[in-house]
Amino acid sequence: MASHSDNHYFVPHGSIYPALISVGLLSMASGFVFNVTGSDLRGDGSLKNPSLDFLATPGKYMMYLGLAIILFMMFKWLSDVVTESLTGQYKKWEDKSFRIGMIVFICSEVAFFAAFFGALFYMRVLSVPDLASYAPDITPYKDFLSTWPTQGPGGVVLGETFKPNPDFHPMTWSGLPLINTLLLLSSGATITWAHWGLIKNNRKQLIVGLALTVALGITFLICQAAEYHHAYTEMGLTLKSGAYGATFFMLTGFHGFHVTIGTLMLIVILLRSMKGHFTPEHHFGFEGVAWYWHFVDVVWLGLYIFVYML
Amino acid sequence: MSTTSVAHHDEHEEHPTGIMRWLTTTNHKDIGTMYLTFSLVMFLVGGCMILGIRAELFKPGLQLMNPEFFNQLIGVHALIMIFAALMPAATGFANWMLPLQLGAPDMALPRLNNWGFWILPPSAILLTLPFTLALFGIGDGALATGWTFYPPLSVQGGIGVDFAIFAVHLLGISSVLGSINIIVTIFNMRAPGMTLMKMPLFAWGWLITAFLLIATIPVLAGAVTMLLTDRHFGTHFFDAAGGGDPIMFQHLFWFFGHPEVYILLLPVWGFIPQILQTFSRKPMYGYKAQVYSLWSIGALSVVVWAHHFFTAGMPVPALLYFMYSTMAISLPLAVLFYCWIRTMWKGAMTFETPMLFSVGWIILFGVGGLTGLVLADVAADAQYHNSYFVVAHFHYTLFAGGIMGIMAGVYYWLPKMTGHMYNEKLGKLHFWLTAISFNVTFIPQFFVGLAGMPRRIPDYALQFAEFNMISTIGAFVLGLSQLLLVYNIISCARGGQKATDKVWEGAIGLEWTLPSPPPYHSFTEQPVVK
Repeated sequence: MASHSDNHYFVPHGSIYPALISVGLLSMASGFVFNVTGSDLRGDGSLKNPSLDFLATPGKYMMYLGLAIILFMMFKWLSDVVTESLTGQYKKWEDKSFRIGMIVFICSEVAFFAAFFGALFYMRVLSVPDLASYAPDITPYKDFLSTWPTQGPGGVVLGETFKPNPDFHPMTWSGLPLINTLLLLSSGATITWAHWGLIKNNRKQLIVGLALTVALGITFLICQAAEYHHAYTEMGLTLKSGAYGATFFMLTGFHGFHVTIGTLMLIVILLRSMKGHFTPEHHFGFEGVAWYWHFVDVVWLGLYIFVYML
Repeated sequence: MSTTSVAHHDEHEEHPTGIMRWLTTTNHKDIGTMYLTFSLVMFLVGGCMILGIRAELFKPGLQLMNPEFFNQLIGVHALIMIFAALMPAATGFANWMLPLQLGAPDMALPRLNNWGFWILPPSAILLTLPFTLALFGIGDGALATGWTFYPPLSVQGGIGVDFAIFAVHLLGISSVLGSINIIVTIFNMRAPGMTLMKMPLFAWGWLITAFLLIATIPVLAGAVTMLLTDRHFGTHFFDAAGGGDPIMFQHLFWFFGHPEVYILLLPVWGFIPQILQTFSRKPMYGYKAQVYSLWSIGALSVVVWAHHFFTAGMPVPALLYFMYSTMAISLPLAVLFYCWIRTMWKGAMTFETPMLFSVGWIILFGVGGLTGLVLADVAADAQYHNSYFVVAHFHYTLFAGGIMGIMAGVYYWLPKMTGHMYNEKLGKLHFWLTAISFNVTFIPQFFVGLAGMPRRIPDYALQFAEFNMISTIGAFVLGLSQLLLVYNIISCARGGQKATDKVWEGAIGLEWTLPSPPPYHSFTEQPVVK
């Protein structure tokens, strides 16, 4: 608002990419539904309708097709944005729009994680103690003690019996999770160092800093994959391990997904930096990714405290 | 400078025509038109579904459909009306009017804006596809859980639940994109001199709505994601055997669901005072008080959710807290009602169709608000919960308070959008038919609800027969009278008496300084507001 040195706001030409991304979304979503309906991913057959088995395969292809459309169209769309940026279409006024937009988007992501943290707190504070608190003559869960971590008392689910795994071990806070915390915290430092390099117009510092951040992000993901493998093969800890397993894997899983997206975005801005994009004054693309990366970092700290430590 | 640069821009711009114009557009008016058209179409689709329900309820016993299909129609009717009719209508007005009211060249993020709209048709397809698939023997139809997806029923449901989960995901993405765009537009695109406290009230209503959407839609996305993993990947979020709790879903859902009510209503509370001041020919009363009230309501709306399931069981202190906080909302709402009435007080009032709808809206929405106060009472709610009293209550808030408000906006801005006056006589007829048949439909539902008729059941005891018959007759008149609206809009878009720039004698605001219809690029040079 106020006084704009240039009173012209850039309104882009029409673009077909948004509509085509929506087609991709439709294909991916309905493909996913067909696929999960046709396959028995629960492994107990309780939701199974054998007459719909034939949907699994076409569903899978629709998912892949949809994903391919979305990725390709996003690539085209974002390369339009990069071109517009390089040709000087975006000035201070447009830049401010992107900044506010990115902040609001990150707020919506925070709300998404809040839902899963809310589920974690609700189960730990309310539903698990509740299950253990009823008088023995009215509860089917007589021997259940309120502890955390827990897999729940066990019982009948959708006609199938759910039994807690006797070899279950919760994840500890030391070891891999501690290493992962250090990795992400240092990646927050390296991207800030890269930003300082960009502002001082020290391109080498920018590129080295970004490359380090990408490397740290990828190492984090490898460690997380190792952690998951360990959990599934040796600790008896799976997505199906009751309240603890569900919250552990959904929270860390969605976080890992966000780290993956963030790493891809970092790779893109690393490549752009190597091609000479971004100037000390004009680099929202860089800052947007950096903000996102810091957000992912903060979510991890929340995870580390509430999922691993407490 | 600005004039030359836009002209320069225009020379190079080839406006595609036909379908490509609409698929690729980045123009806020085109996108607004698409939102409003989509909303009207889905309003009719959702309306047809509920006419099926009312036909079944015309007399006791099962006549037309089996209970499964009845449940599916109810759930999809609600999802369509909320997400595909009411919300897109409000977003359509935001797209059309915010840049005009704020003196902006366009919405701040035009391509994102286009994407926000084009996610809607796929999600409408996802919602209704299970009906079609069932015709071919695939699956057992759409979701039969009601729009609230409560587990364990939704965990046991068929393919329709999965489709609805993804429809909600896509609708959520669309809402978040729209909200980002609106927040950025309001913060960054206002004309020089237009401070926040000089903004039209519609912009305030939408700003708070957008914040609520950003805070709550992702929580809904999280909740239905947990439902999906409970269904197909063996998690135990909503299952006591694993330490989870089905009631937790209700908390997560209504943490979104209660603010959603205000998401639907706040944009309407924004523009109704503008209509009232236009036809009362005096500036609105208590602009600041209204802004602060809107904020208070927005803030309170995220901390009252559990009043939707008092009877599910919770500790008494929690019951009391949710009761009192819910009742506290009536204080800022009373301020708003006072300001609306005071705006008309001693004004030189005339009753064109938008004004008729606005005044009718105040009265009928008042009924919805007062019955809400009754439902907020924990002790009384034990009787009202899950009865037709609730159905009548939320139709007074969402049909009268939401859709009739939107209709006021349609008649108010239609001449500005199309450049033609609509047919005033038909408009008035539409209002009276709607207002009367709406009451004929829903007043009986208060009575049968108080007498104990449960909602979402296709059959009922004989004692409820007369009232249900009256209600069904009212619903069919209500449904058919909406065809007048459709006819009026179409004929107005195609021609008719030319509208002046100002359209209404008492109109206040920047949008009335532009020609009707406004040029393709609204403000090539931003106006300066003093």
